[in-house]
Amino acid sequence: MAKIRLRAKLKGGITTVKALIKHPMERPSIDKDGNPTPGHFITEVKCEHNDKVVMSALWSSGVSQNPFLAFKFKGGAKGDKVKLTWTDNKGETGSKKVKIK
Amino acid sequence: MNLPRRAFLKGVLATGGAMAFGTTVLPQAVMADWPKTAFEAKTVDEALTALFTSPDTQKTDKITIIAPDIAENGAVVPVEVTADLSKVESIAIISEKNPVPLVAQFNFADNAEGYVKTRIKMGGTSDIVVVVKADGKLYAARKNVKVTVGGCGG
Repeated sequence: MAKIRLRAKLKGGITTVKALIKHPMERPSIDKDGNPTPGHFITEVKCEHNDKVVMSALWSSGVSQNPFLAFKFKGGAKGDKVKLTWTDNKGETGSKKVKIK
Repeated sequence: MNLPRRAFLKGVLATGGAMAFGTTVLPQAVMADWPKTAFEAKTVDEALTALFTSPDTQKTDKITIIAPDIAENGAVVPVEVTADLSKVESIAIISEKNPVPLVAQFNFADNAEGYVKTRIKMGGTSDIVVVVKADGKLYAARKNVKVTVGGCGG
């Protein structure tokens, strides 16, 4: 549903992964009538390199809207698969695969 | 004869209990369940206790936090963390004044670098606390950010 922009670039033996996920990242809050709303935010982000998890993140709604994420890992090679998957508190998920450049 | 036996039994029970406890609080695997209690914690210490079972951290200058001194918009505060430590297992980012102080926890596999960059919301001027778990130890660093418009109101 939501869009992900994902890039993985190899430089000097280190692969840098950058991701931009389109997501509202709504905080849980209390609406005008005093009813609590659960919000709508990503709780888990997982990144795999050739089907092996290299990074997994646990998020609260404190991460900004349309979250940006970057991290680095060793051992990647050009053409390897990098896959990013997210899950939010409503059970929606999104994923994207790219090759390391 | 009775006393040593009793002492021995006590010892067995104590270590057995500690071992059982130890297994339940072993470091989370790379893909862990969402720790609800950690995200419900209202203070930095509570969040750390829920995440790592202890709020005790060591200060270090090996953690670099790059964030603006003054953030005009608290809804989007860029934060970059570099931990110059070996065997970095996880990096947690906490914003003290947020309704949910624990913003994010990043868990890394062995081949990942101690680096993460993201954008967070900040409820007001406060410290960003970064806690890095490396080689089984907890290290912390802080960076104060002045927020002119809070990002948690709505």
